[in-house]
Amino acid sequence: MLIRKPSDIRPSQITSEAAYLNRRDFVRGALAGGLLSAAPVVGAVDDSAPTTTLPYQPNPNFSLTETPNTYDEITHYNNYFEFGTGKTDPAEHAEKLRTRPWNVTIAGEAEKTGTFTLEDILRPHALEERIYRLRCVEAWSMVIPWLGFPLGDLLKRFNPTSKAKFVEFTTLYDPKQMPGLRSSVLPWPYMEGLRIDEAMHPLAIMVVGLYGRALPNQDGAPLRTMAPWKYGFKNAKSIVRIRFTEGQPRNTWNSASPSEYGFYGNVNPEVDHPRWSQATERHIGGGFFNNGRQKTQMFNGYADQVARLYQGMNLHRYY
Amino acid sequence: MPAAQHPLDRRYRYLYQPLVFIACLVPLLGCIGGIAASSGLAFVPGFSLGTDPVRLVLDTLAKTALNLLLITLAITPLRQLSGNVQLLRLRRMLGLFAFSYALLHFLTYLGPYQGFSWHEIAKDILKRPYITMGFAALCLLVPLALTSTDRMQRRLGRRWRALHRLIWLVAALALLHFWKMLKHEYAQPLMYASLLAALLGWRLWWRYRPTRARSKFGPPKVQEKA
Repeated sequence: MLIRKPSDIRPSQITSEAAYLNRRDFVRGALAGGLLSAAPVVGAVDDSAPTTTLPYQPNPNFSLTETPNTYDEITHYNNYFEFGTGKTDPAEHAEKLRTRPWNVTIAGEAEKTGTFTLEDILRPHALEERIYRLRCVEAWSMVIPWLGFPLGDLLKRFNPTSKAKFVEFTTLYDPKQMPGLRSSVLPWPYMEGLRIDEAMHPLAIMVVGLYGRALPNQDGAPLRTMAPWKYGFKNAKSIVRIRFTEGQPRNTWNSASPSEYGFYGNVNPEVDHPRWSQATERHIGGGFFNNGRQKTQMFNGYADQVARLYQGMNLHRYY
Repeated sequence: MPAAQHPLDRRYRYLYQPLVFIACLVPLLGCIGGIAASSGLAFVPGFSLGTDPVRLVLDTLAKTALNLLLITLAITPLRQLSGNVQLLRLRRMLGLFAFSYALLHFLTYLGPYQGFSWHEIAKDILKRPYITMGFAALCLLVPLALTSTDRMQRRLGRRWRALHRLIWLVAALALLHFWKMLKHEYAQPLMYASLLAALLGWRLWWRYRPTRARSKFGPPKVQEKA
């Protein structure tokens, strides 16, 4: 067995908490000394952000080699309508959201259901970094270094029964903390769903951080999903409820405008949105004259891994 | 023109008109400053276009064009209410600024937004109703801009007024273009739509108003010109 039992690790090998918390200073010192000057710098991190750093391992098997967008871009260009419909509204208003204590209710077709604390949900999972493409249905894209763990690993812990054909995710609905909920722009609460085989796919992850830190509220703290072959709206943020269902769950954008947003929401350059083409996308991060317009890839570039999930399906019909 | 002798006329020519001109340039200067800052061409303090400069410039130019269209349409009611004919001096300038902003918005869409991929652009204009409407609005503004000179106004006579009523169609198309572009957000388009409806309502009321109201608001005070 390659997996080490806890007893295999000698206490002296464990990094003390103080040393762990100071590792940024170590990295900074190393940078100043030119030790790391040859290492690629993957985007500026705003050190003033009040977020906690998290321990993680990079997972190169599931990561792109493309340069991620900056922390500032990822945290100041968000669609999170619970905090307003503007792209910078979430960064402005999400501070009010309290993510501790946090409970997640597990319901539906599973053997273990009930309400669990966030700590219970997260405890058994080791975090890994995965650098994924994010393609928004609005035809813009980013590359983001998420921290999380396989969504399937979490779902299996609740022993879904044979009736569990789909998984439904519900976002927090709290008008006191989320000023955007006063607007009736969408039927609240925000809900999304995946087919069980999509949710169990190794690419689908539950996200708790980005850029080595705890997830900022505007990006969906404390818990959000990421299925990178789907448009961004398919991923629920700030999840409070996970329900295993037999029938296809309702998903919010589909309820709001069925001709524009389907249940599947798979990235597909051949199926246009009624109001714009999906053949290309603007990669966020260029200036005014270098607009980053690029071709959109089938399943957002993850076709080799996920195309088999949709064999024989008419993707023009199931968009 | 003999009217140029009147003090109010001089105030418009040398003070109000230049002030409105400068005010109309402010959004454009903001965009230019922001583009310079976000392109690293120059450090412009206080200017930032955020994470998506193309979108912000596109939206700013469009919003300014729409605002100026409505302000242009508000000039006639203001003149009718105040009896101040000098306001008409501002109308042409405001209309030409509205056209210029609409044109810059379109150019930003062609280049920075679509990267001059003509195939995509043609598909957008032909297939996407909201883009078709925006494009039509811009096209309809061209003859209005071209016939905005004193000479064309004199040459076309009565037909000039008929032609320039197209601005109502332009405003309606521009509003629909804005409305259909948004995802399920109606507050702003509704505000613009009610302003446009109020302006149109005023024109209709003015034309068919009862005679008592007619004498109250009077014809434009021509005696001021003496």
